[in-house]
Amino acid sequence: MNAPPQDALPAQFRPGDRVRVRRAHPPGHLRTPSYIRGQAGAVERLCGAFPNPEELAYNRSGLPRQPLYRVRFRQAELWPHYAGPAADTIEIEIYQHWLEPDEATR
Amino acid sequence: MRGHHDMGGEPAGPVERTEHDYAPWEKRVDAMLVLLGAPERQLMRTDELRRNIEALGPDAYERMSYYERWIASIAATLLQRGVFTADELGRKLAEVEARGA
Repeated sequence: MNAPPQDALPAQFRPGDRVRVRRAHPPGHLRTPSYIRGQAGAVERLCGAFPNPEELAYNRSGLPRQPLYRVRFRQAELWPHYAGPAADTIEIEIYQHWLEPDEATR
Repeated sequence: MRGHHDMGGEPAGPVERTEHDYAPWEKRVDAMLVLLGAPERQLMRTDELRRNIEALGPDAYERMSYYERWIASIAATLLQRGVFTADELGRKLAEVEARGA
């Protein structure tokens, strides 16, 4: 794997880390679906670092690049009456600035 | 709190899986965004397209077709960026309408 670009923020999380999505509702163009905010999951992989689309949407540079993670959540924890198998998961790609360490379940 | 476009997890009907042809004007709208975003122009980004589609409001979002949302968003972005003025756009639209009359 290539070294991270100089204009990228360092990755704070590794695969397997427990993370929680920030429960925030700022105005603007947001790339984190509202149904996942406040939920806890596990980092499945680091996808790379990319210009922040929430700033590109306003014709800003989006730099420094934000690390992007694929995070795995348990479906049964997201939906109150989930009828599928208990082991079902959903993976969502989420930028680092939306994630915090999940101390509660560590 | 939740934007109208942010509808993941909300109740919805069945997914329509059939393919359909695009009208020529829809292909032109698609091509227009590619040309506007080309490296030598950089007049618009996909993220700006998304932002201005989200800004349409629930009524327009539901009423418009996919590429109608695109062209509305492209016009809004280019107005915001100062690529053309509302007056210039209005006069050009009137000119094109007169062509078909």
